[in-house]
Amino acid sequence: MQQQNRLRPFFENITFDRDDNEMILNFGPQHPSAHGQLRLMLHLQQEMIVKAHPDVGYLHRGMEKMAENMIYNEFMPTTDRMDYIASSSNNYGFALAVEKLIGLEVPRRAKVIRMMLLEMNRLMSHLFWLATTALDIGAMTVFLFAFREREYMMDLIEDYCGARLTHASIRIGGVPLDIPSNFITDLKTFLDKLPANIKDYEDLLDSNRIWRMRMENVGVITKEMAVSWGCTGPMLRASGVAWDIRKEEPYELYDEVDFKVPFSDKGDNFARYRIYMEEMRQSAHILYQVIDMYEETVKNNQTQLMAHAPKYISAPKLDIMTQNYSLMQHFVLVTQGMRPPVGEVYIPTESPKGELGFFINSQGGPYPYRLKLRAPSFWHTGILTDLLPGHYIPDVVSIIGTTNIVFGEVDR
Amino acid sequence: MRAYTPKDDVQAKPYYTDRFYVAPQVPKQDVESDELFAADLAAIKAKFEVLEAYIQVEQMVVYINAKDNYGVLELLRDELEYTQLSEMSAIDWLAKNNQFEIFYQMLSMGKRKRIRIKCFIDKDEAVNSVEKLFRSADWSEREMYDMFGVKVNNHPFMKRILMPYDWEGFPLLKTYPLEGDEFAQWYEVDKIYGKEARDIIGAEIRDTARVDRYDSERFGRLGHEVPKGTKITGNEPKTPLAYQEEGGVFMIDRFDEEKSVIITDRDR
Repeated sequence: MQQQNRLRPFFENITFDRDDNEMILNFGPQHPSAHGQLRLMLHLQQEMIVKAHPDVGYLHRGMEKMAENMIYNEFMPTTDRMDYIASSSNNYGFALAVEKLIGLEVPRRAKVIRMMLLEMNRLMSHLFWLATTALDIGAMTVFLFAFREREYMMDLIEDYCGARLTHASIRIGGVPLDIPSNFITDLKTFLDKLPANIKDYEDLLDSNRIWRMRMENVGVITKEMAVSWGCTGPMLRASGVAWDIRKEEPYELYDEVDFKVPFSDKGDNFARYRIYMEEMRQSAHILYQVIDMYEETVKNNQTQLMAHAPKYISAPKLDIMTQNYSLMQHFVLVTQGMRPPVGEVYIPTESPKGELGFFINSQGGPYPYRLKLRAPSFWHTGILTDLLPGHYIPDVVSIIGTTNIVFGEVDR
Repeated sequence: MRAYTPKDDVQAKPYYTDRFYVAPQVPKQDVESDELFAADLAAIKAKFEVLEAYIQVEQMVVYINAKDNYGVLELLRDELEYTQLSEMSAIDWLAKNNQFEIFYQMLSMGKRKRIRIKCFIDKDEAVNSVEKLFRSADWSEREMYDMFGVKVNNHPFMKRILMPYDWEGFPLLKTYPLEGDEFAQWYEVDKIYGKEARDIIGAEIRDTARVDRYDSERFGRLGHEVPKGTKITGNEPKTPLAYQEEGGVFMIDRFDEEKSVIITDRDR
């Protein structure tokens, strides 16, 4: 009765009668420190890894296929499910790509709110990274501290868009809502406390003997390796390349704000940890400036939140409810969807994890002909193939921790 | 007569199309309008045949012959500073002219420029691997094979990456339906219970939007649950839900819907 294709353990790479001491360890896909559904097949000599083979795809939902069967606005909530730790940054990447395809100019107030959301998401993502990595290494206190701060951020985001994790907070052409009245005050309260909080984490970790031993000189990625593997974001900056898309190819209003790009030439886990900490400080610095920019738009009475492009973007609610033609256009845009011009874009943005790119090939229809999601974590997982050999089993946990991979994004 | 549906592209189609609508184009600029791109293009042209080149949305797009892909990318990496392959994949044009379009999205951090190298291959043609030049191509090429079935020569480990190893069919082809094909709907049943259980279990319902109100076996009646196997008539009595095993758990009271109260007053 046993069928050929019945579910059985998959011993594909294993030869049982080998004369060496190599052992094969299956790490995951349900390992608590794998940060998702990562399966690693590790070939071990004693405790040392000699070959690593990451296996992904356990969370594959076929987002690119879904995108080809959806109108553009319909796809927006789906992007939330990529990097679900910082979903607004995915929303933004997609919105920006479609805007570039259409050639839309977003109103300033919307840009400012988007910047605010993006940096808040970066903070949330970095805090989450710190919490989970510290927990993996054994620093329970840092986990609790960082989650407490992240909770404030999530409450703020909830005040803005009603959702805590899957925000869908950005629309193609702008943002759906203005920020609520208490938002700036709450954000400022949080930001004023943040430096002391970051100092708390650092006091707990920087001189912690265990933390340093598990982080320093572990998981060293050379510059050549990082560039060749397509590493971006903190992974690239920790390996000696000061490349931040916000700085080098500024989008939104990043050319108007002042911030530094922290980088290190060490390339090890500790360097990446330091970069995440510094980036949190820089994000807070950007947020203060963005708050000023927001108050300026209030003073100048720039209240427009969505771009004016009747062919692609619905008119404001007031117009829809009062003007017949706006209502008709809105109806067509909701039922049929916008039809961007024929063409192709690849738009990279700096998400908290690295370069998040959206490649869209439009054939003038309401559905994208081809949409490719370039998710940074995909390559940050791939690099484990070359990075893990030579390390010991406990290092695997700290290395996976500092790569900051999120499987919603790896598998898409 | 049944309406004809094309079999070579089964993706969603707009239900309304204006016959006289002419889609606008995303503007293309001449490569000469940007010095850096013009120099890069000249360097490529000196060694390889360039079929077409233009700038679109601030990035240069260069069409080359598929056989030159390794050479062009090597030139870009070693001489023109395009050190990172950000992304590569394919576009399915099988319905149009039986071809795949392969694109390589390159980044030069020194010049702060991005270019896209593109080439066409026929349906059964293989493309050369660029994994020797860029390690990132290792996984991208596997993904491209996994999604489109585009074969890649000289790849060290050409296996599926996102789909299971024993999957049949290539999901991103335009001929592949969104809900999956027949193989997909039997895959889990065959794998977990065996082929002989097909008649008992039935095919997997892969249309996520489908709700069958007469199905009392497969959780198709969310919010209106009935005991398993009940014949649905439309006016069956409401079954209280008990979210716990018979006998209960130590220290935990069994939830009884009959006795539960819905609190409307928050101060209670």
